[in-house]
Amino acid sequence: MASAAARWNHVWVGTETGILKGVNLQRKQAANFTAGGQPRREESVSALCWGAGGETQILVGCADRTVKHFSTEDGIFQGLRHCPGGEGTFRGLAQADGTIITCVDSGILRVWHDNDKDVSSDPLLEVRVGPGVCRMRQDPAHPHVVATGGKENALKMWDLQGSEEPVFRAKNVRNDWLDLRVPIWDQDIQFLPGSQKLVTCTGYHQVRVYDPASPQRRPVLETTYGEYPLTAMTLTPGGNSVIVGNTHGQLAEIDLRQGRLLGCLKGLAGSVRGLQCHPSKPLLASCGLDRVLRIHRIQNPRGLEHKVYLKSQLNCLLLSDRDNWEDEPQEPQEANKVPLEDTETDELWASLEAAAKRKLSDLEQTQGALQTRRRKKKRPGSTSP
Amino acid sequence: MAKSGDKSSSGGKKSLKRKAAAEELQEAAFAGDGATESEGQPPNAAAFPPGFSISEIKNKQRRHLMFTRWKQQQRKEKLAAKKKLKKEREALGDKAPPKPVPKTIDNQRVYDETTVDPNDEEVAYDEATDEFASYFNKQTSPKILITTSDRPHGRTVRLCEQLSTVIPNSHVYYRRGLALKKIIPQCITRDFTDLIVINEDRKTPNGLILSHLPNGPTAHFKMSSVRLRKEIKRRGKDPTEHIPEIILNNFTTRLGHSIGRMFASLFPHNPQFIGRQVATFHNQRDYIFFRFHRYIFRSEKKVGIQELGPRFTLKLRSLQKGTFDSKYGEYEWVHKPREMDTSRRKFHL
Repeated sequence: MASAAARWNHVWVGTETGILKGVNLQRKQAANFTAGGQPRREESVSALCWGAGGETQILVGCADRTVKHFSTEDGIFQGLRHCPGGEGTFRGLAQADGTIITCVDSGILRVWHDNDKDVSSDPLLEVRVGPGVCRMRQDPAHPHVVATGGKENALKMWDLQGSEEPVFRAKNVRNDWLDLRVPIWDQDIQFLPGSQKLVTCTGYHQVRVYDPASPQRRPVLETTYGEYPLTAMTLTPGGNSVIVGNTHGQLAEIDLRQGRLLGCLKGLAGSVRGLQCHPSKPLLASCGLDRVLRIHRIQNPRGLEHKVYLKSQLNCLLLSDRDNWEDEPQEPQEANKVPLEDTETDELWASLEAAAKRKLSDLEQTQGALQTRRRKKKRPGSTSP
Repeated sequence: MAKSGDKSSSGGKKSLKRKAAAEELQEAAFAGDGATESEGQPPNAAAFPPGFSISEIKNKQRRHLMFTRWKQQQRKEKLAAKKKLKKEREALGDKAPPKPVPKTIDNQRVYDETTVDPNDEEVAYDEATDEFASYFNKQTSPKILITTSDRPHGRTVRLCEQLSTVIPNSHVYYRRGLALKKIIPQCITRDFTDLIVINEDRKTPNGLILSHLPNGPTAHFKMSSVRLRKEIKRRGKDPTEHIPEIILNNFTTRLGHSIGRMFASLFPHNPQFIGRQVATFHNQRDYIFFRFHRYIFRSEKKVGIQELGPRFTLKLRSLQKGTFDSKYGEYEWVHKPREMDTSRRKFHL
């Protein structure tokens, strides 16, 4: 049943132990999915992204440099692809019309053919981005445009269909008031919709906006938040603000028009590893090292909606974009069952009472099973893995 | 008035108070309030309008007097109720209902969803492959470096010395202004497994940083109630070189498990029961009490214990993944008082 219910999961979370967890917030259930049946720390999930074809497939990037395909419809891992080259874990994973784009820590960005048949084929394209990459992000509007940034690795925007040189290379800000060079540590990058701008958050608690369309290569806007490195960032549905998280578990919403702090979100106790906002609803999913997945409501009123304890340190998450969260799969199943049994009972009404009673008892049994299932789901407090 | 005059002269003795009360009762009876005559002690409502409380009396001496009288009456009633209950219990004998368990903060504790279930496979796998796995698989044996913050005073130095007698295979070094981030790579090359830094403020130790070395977590504790050996009353002789046993009490949640494993990895795996020494880390309400005892079994059930070494109390402030890096390190758990200390019945360890 877990496999059938997998498509209704709202959030997919990757953990340090290699387990992919699907969480359904309506039913308050979390299900574990592993490729090999047992969790393995070597397969710890470092990057997650949606595969081709809407939200039916997930690409899971693991620490042993494999990219696994996971089908949400069936709830099983379908394929495995080795992506060797360079050192370190995956820092970015994206897919663009039949190809997979991967970027590793040492700065090798490769484009692979997303084909199960040639498992060990060579990459279609390889770009050296520079060492110490912390994030590679794909532009949702232009799938062939990616941006990379890292520690002492300035923000660069690449067009994979264009030349080998980056389209936009950011320049470091001016020396600070002591005339010392300001260090660079881009931890997360986001593309702002509707324009060419990019937002980055750094390990030196700065949030910067870059505009490749403008002649200046330095950031157009810079603000700071807190005293700890910012590790994750996401755009809010309005498009005017971002939410950042730092290593102390502090979440803050920062307005990009003025560079102002709009508000904070409470609850996390550990470093924030993954953040994602829903595109239309004011919901934010956050996961971190304190092993809990939290869903916050960003506006009216700001606060915690759901909290799910997930037993392993969470590395990255994917929030499903669909609008109807209350869609229960039970309705289509029951709709299928009830008319069938109705026709059967109608046919058998004329027959012996014993047969009719057997049919009724069958119905009761199935209903009883459904009810026990429902009762099991509503057990207070815990979410069963 | 004669009444008040009497009271003030005697200084408010009990008998006079009773007399005054009796006089009041007579007054009330004459006033015609029938309901109050049946009461043994004069209730305030008899002499005063209903809804009157003792706190409304303006005269402090009189107010105090009325209050003490009320208190004595309450005590008497309570004692009488207790005796009655006891008699009923004795009368019922075996059929008496069980005694009600008093509510304490510990047994009213809010259920923590991160409490570890012993049969949980995912948590078991997580623990089997975490940073302490090499210790628990007996592949490494602990070697501890104990140091302090810069320029320690006498108390802290003596605490370090005593700690090094309690923890086997530990070495004390003076800090001499060295940066921890520079000490740590040197420790790793010299095969140290743990680093303990005792922080000192105003001549008393007040903090403890415990860092597991190759790349393990770093825990930062607040330390309080430090008692050195000579401050412990009725203590035994100094601890011997035997390896002690460990007791870890009440580390139930996932965070508690991590901290408990951290403490366990400080001591070698093979306790020498000949030494009869035991180090206890007892967690209660998020405070960890450290004690070091020597025990002796006088018979099957009776044990005698002598407290030996230093004693202190720890409270976890943060658990950071990776070795010591308070500015840029990633934290697994940070104590946030305004968010986490809102309920008196919620604990995290």
